[in-house]
Amino acid sequence: MSLATAIRSDLRQTSPPRGTHACRALLRRELLLAWRRRSDVLFPVLYALIVVTLFPFALGPEDALLTRISGGVLLVTVLLAMLPNLESMFRGDLEDGSLEQMLLAPQPLALLVLVRVLTHWATTTLPLIVVMPLLALLLRLPIEVLPVLLIALLLATPLLALMGAILSALTAGTRRSAILLALMLLPLAVPVVIFAAGAVAAAQSGLPYLAPLLWLAAALILALVLAPFACAAALRIAVET
Amino acid sequence: MNIIPLWLHKLSSPPVFYRFAGALRPWFLWSALILGAAALYGGLVLAPPDYQQGDAFRIIFIHVPCAWMSLFAYFCMAVAALVAMVWRIKLAEVIAMECAPIGAAFTLITLITGSLWGKPMWGTWWTWDARLTSELVLLFLYLGVIGLFNAIEDRRRGARAASLLALVGIVNLPIVHYSVLWWNTLHQGQTVNLIGQSKIAPAMLWPLLLMVLATHLYFVASLLARARVGLLAVEGGKQWARELIAEKADA
Repeated sequence: MSLATAIRSDLRQTSPPRGTHACRALLRRELLLAWRRRSDVLFPVLYALIVVTLFPFALGPEDALLTRISGGVLLVTVLLAMLPNLESMFRGDLEDGSLEQMLLAPQPLALLVLVRVLTHWATTTLPLIVVMPLLALLLRLPIEVLPVLLIALLLATPLLALMGAILSALTAGTRRSAILLALMLLPLAVPVVIFAAGAVAAAQSGLPYLAPLLWLAAALILALVLAPFACAAALRIAVET
Repeated sequence: MNIIPLWLHKLSSPPVFYRFAGALRPWFLWSALILGAAALYGGLVLAPPDYQQGDAFRIIFIHVPCAWMSLFAYFCMAVAALVAMVWRIKLAEVIAMECAPIGAAFTLITLITGSLWGKPMWGTWWTWDARLTSELVLLFLYLGVIGLFNAIEDRRRGARAASLLALVGIVNLPIVHYSVLWWNTLHQGQTVNLIGQSKIAPAMLWPLLLMVLATHLYFVASLLARARVGLLAVEGGKQWARELIAEKADA
């Protein structure tokens, strides 16, 4: 065997592990971290419960009024409950240096970021959607509208998480980033809220509601492809000094 | 190398641009002021009152040019941000960041004059009309860019982070505009045209176009002045900046 082929085969053996391995390891780490801090999962749920409980006190307990506003209130509540978790998405990773390891990893950063964001969504926002039927009941949302609300949330919240991840990466390592993140997320959240609330409102008044849901789905697919790259670029800016 | 790329390369060096901007700024500023004064005279004195809105329409000469500039400044910021992200040119970072406060000011003027105009015409200071809402969202985009830039202590890192945000924003801006249009038409059929697309009289048109030109010139003048200060802030420790400050101190 010539030296060149020997080196080549040697290189092949020490080639970096494939992306799926890294993703699996990252997934296990994130789920383990979430499990060790499992009481954190309850905070967004409690927050949403508090907000939803306050609305009838502020607006009066008439069923008709609550039914009319319930869809919009629930969507905005979920959006607000997501904010504190979005803000701290990369903070721990930045502080303990694991973010640098992710950047140095031979796998594409965008792929790792995608896994990171989706696990974050599943551990912080999915519980909110699970308790949504209860919250919808409290606000007298008609039962036949509930599936539309759940589908709208299942499409809208990952979209918000992906866009929030870009902003969270941009604000990583800055002080008073909570209000800054809210300020930056508002313009991005406007179309999402419009389409999600539009679908719920259309379903509530017996109109076809498929079109806004399809728009949300299209935006989600676009964000799944593009947002990880923007987020990776933002993380590189956050880490460089 | 070709003469124009060579010149651009030289111009992107901070000390060269500093002098270039300083020499150019008075020309832009004075032509903006003179043209603006002429446009104001034409708009407020020479133009006849509108047959429907009377004299109240005259705020158009401030409102419309500022509304155009609010978008134009965002576009300039996004282009500079793209250049800053791709080629990492220090000057582009500074220019992108200095576009933001000017654009935010134009957006704020648009919102305030629009609200002053809306009160006598529509009977309300604010309505959730599609255009008004898009303009408000644009203001939030600007504030996000300014806020992010100021939140990061390292100026260059802050500029790059805010540049990325500006680029995300320009992808988002048309989506916001069309979704707000859709939302508005879904809820109510109100269509108040800010500018009736009817043919505008020539006596009203020329002051408007002159004012548009004046605001563009003012934008460039203001950007040049701000960019000079921004460059000094970034390059404060460099030889040329120290020499310049020493020169100013002597004089």
